[in-house]
Amino acid sequence: MSRFEYAPAPESRAIVDIKSSYGLFVNGQFVEATDGKPFKTVSPASEEVLAEVGEAGPADVDKAVRAARKAFDKVWGPMSGKDRAKYLFRIARLIQERARELAVLESLDNGKPIRESRDVDIPLVAAHFFYYAGWADKLEYAGVGDDPQPWGVAGQVIPWNFPMLMLAWKIAPALAAGNTVVLKPAETTPLTALAFAEICQQADLPPGVVNIVTGAGRTGQALVEHPDVNKVAFTGSTAVGRAIAKSVAGTHKAVTLELGGKAANIVFEDAAIDQTIEGIVNGIFFNQGHVCCAGSRLLVQESVYDEVLARLKRRMSTLRVGDPLDKNTDIGAINSAAQLAKIRELSQIGEDEGAERWSPECELPANGYWFPPTVFTGVSQAHRIAREEIFGPVLSVLTFRTPAEAVEKANNTPFGLSAGIWTEKGSRILWMANQLRAGVVWANTFNRFDPTSPFGGYKESGYGREGGRHGLEAYLAH
Amino acid sequence: MRKTYKLYIGGAFPRSESGRSYVVNNAKGKFLANASQASRKDARDAVVAARKAFGGWHARTAYNRGQVLYRIAEVMEGRHQQFSSEVSQSEGLSIAKARAVVDASIDRWVWYAGWADKLAQVVGSSNPVAGPYFDFSLPEATGVVAVLAPQDSSLLGLTSVIAPAIVSGNTVVAVSSFERPLPAVTLGEVMATSDVPGGVVNLLTGSASEIGPWLASHDDVNAIDLCGVASDDEARDLEIAAAGNLKRVRRPADEDWSADQGLSRLTQYLELKTVWHPIGV
Repeated sequence: MSRFEYAPAPESRAIVDIKSSYGLFVNGQFVEATDGKPFKTVSPASEEVLAEVGEAGPADVDKAVRAARKAFDKVWGPMSGKDRAKYLFRIARLIQERARELAVLESLDNGKPIRESRDVDIPLVAAHFFYYAGWADKLEYAGVGDDPQPWGVAGQVIPWNFPMLMLAWKIAPALAAGNTVVLKPAETTPLTALAFAEICQQADLPPGVVNIVTGAGRTGQALVEHPDVNKVAFTGSTAVGRAIAKSVAGTHKAVTLELGGKAANIVFEDAAIDQTIEGIVNGIFFNQGHVCCAGSRLLVQESVYDEVLARLKRRMSTLRVGDPLDKNTDIGAINSAAQLAKIRELSQIGEDEGAERWSPECELPANGYWFPPTVFTGVSQAHRIAREEIFGPVLSVLTFRTPAEAVEKANNTPFGLSAGIWTEKGSRILWMANQLRAGVVWANTFNRFDPTSPFGGYKESGYGREGGRHGLEAYLAH
Repeated sequence: MRKTYKLYIGGAFPRSESGRSYVVNNAKGKFLANASQASRKDARDAVVAARKAFGGWHARTAYNRGQVLYRIAEVMEGRHQQFSSEVSQSEGLSIAKARAVVDASIDRWVWYAGWADKLAQVVGSSNPVAGPYFDFSLPEATGVVAVLAPQDSSLLGLTSVIAPAIVSGNTVVAVSSFERPLPAVTLGEVMATSDVPGGVVNLLTGSASEIGPWLASHDDVNAIDLCGVASDDEARDLEIAAAGNLKRVRRPADEDWSADQGLSRLTQYLELKTVWHPIGV
């Protein structure tokens, strides 16, 4: 089939000024880390070193927590909600003003397509600050009693898949509720969090209200286990979430965990087919499948299986994999060499266990970390690719005959984060939504997010909700 | 009549599989009765019963669950004298004070009964998202809840921890106060005669220290209430065990069982489900 080729449409990176090295952001200042080795953050699309970043050791984390405690006691805690709101509104505006710069920086550091960082991530980041800004002076209406109180210092650890968006999910409700924060971004994607530190300076946010400590697991552990942290919030893998749940046992720390998922995306025979194919593609290939709520298990009703598969493969052939800064790119780079190795390993296991693997022909760039969009058919519920989170652009397809069987298969996992339903029948949507044991159910759509909407999981997908009034509640003692 | 009281599991009253029983004395140390001492196997049977009952119970309408909880209060009232006597003997209260505790326990069932059909309105929401979607959030029961019931307050405390869990559709495996199990045994008899489906509430008499670890580490238990745990060390160990499948944990705290309870015990055992659908023509 011949088709028109797209001319490259690269976004300029001139708008971003990346420094050669960054320190930690503690008490309103960038400071050198004192007890860790600096590390490098690279562009996963080219393996180019973008910057050197300080590693916060336990002593650095301690300084950041002290700064946060002092700010909580002296400034942010006593401040009126009305004044806190103004800072948050101002931060939201600064994010909007610097949206393009932040989007380019995010795509450079994370590898995600500029189309997504520009049109999804950064607008949602600004929206979260706007939404929670408005809560700061209305806490007594949040449904947790007439005198809700912040926990104090929040220690927050976020993942690399949506670096800036996860920062917003954590920091905006924490500050609105009156907490101060120490946040650790992921070691492979620290740059937008450091840009956010500058935004805090520009917004004249009082020193110590927001502190950013960069580093890897050791830094996160020091933060979570710090005795003067009152509230822990974590987004990441179920394994690390479990370790955190153990480490806070016997303390008075409040905890919310947003962990893994293995979402079923369920397609009934009466679904609007073109819309469904787009939904399946968005469900698993959005952000290279680096999405905890990705629709990684496709459940198709047997009667439409052949048609869905044929159309899905055809659509997958049109996906453009490549330069994240190219505005035509649909699928960017895998975030790190380690993640690429994990995706390769699990895909190999899929083949070894007898599932059939298919990817469209596509040329992958020579440098960087890349994985083509991939679909596995002939998958059974016992296969590891149907049970474990792959966190990459890999879809497993299973079939079902009746709605009851679809429910049974969809719920047959220790996770319970999200699910999708595709059918034209309204009563079936509501019935299915009732049956599914998942915190977010998308019917005839997938991977939608909004600051007003609670998000979070059942079972081993974690506890607590982020977003909406419920996300605010997680930052208030009651 | 002196007798050995049995467990309440899956709507039936079995002896402990272990064949063990223990002596229950009154507050002054005088023999009252023998109670079954539940084992690990009993706890596992109770979890199986609770899981089996969960589907049907949480699928019932909120109106129906409210009716059933109210019925519990009605049936308790019929046994007021028996409860008063057991609370008085167990807790060493005057009969007048024990009667007040029973009244408060009945009132608590009534209070929670009324929550069944209001939770979704108070805790749920319709969310004004920025786009052509309709999106709403509904509370839903988290599943099987293990309860290590208060040791001191044998009836009011027990009621205060079971009622908020089941009213929203959870099912419960509760370990009663070790020293004061008789009100729990009688509550089991109330459950069996008040339209509560078998398995929704399972009552084990025995030691929280012995059974707690099995419930805390059980992969088919979704949440655990540690309020009857004696020591901080024990509570920490149970919390660590509960992290295995990321159970929702309610940590022990000083609680005044006679005070108004607020929403926190209700919301503790709820999940929030957010459903999205496009809007268009």
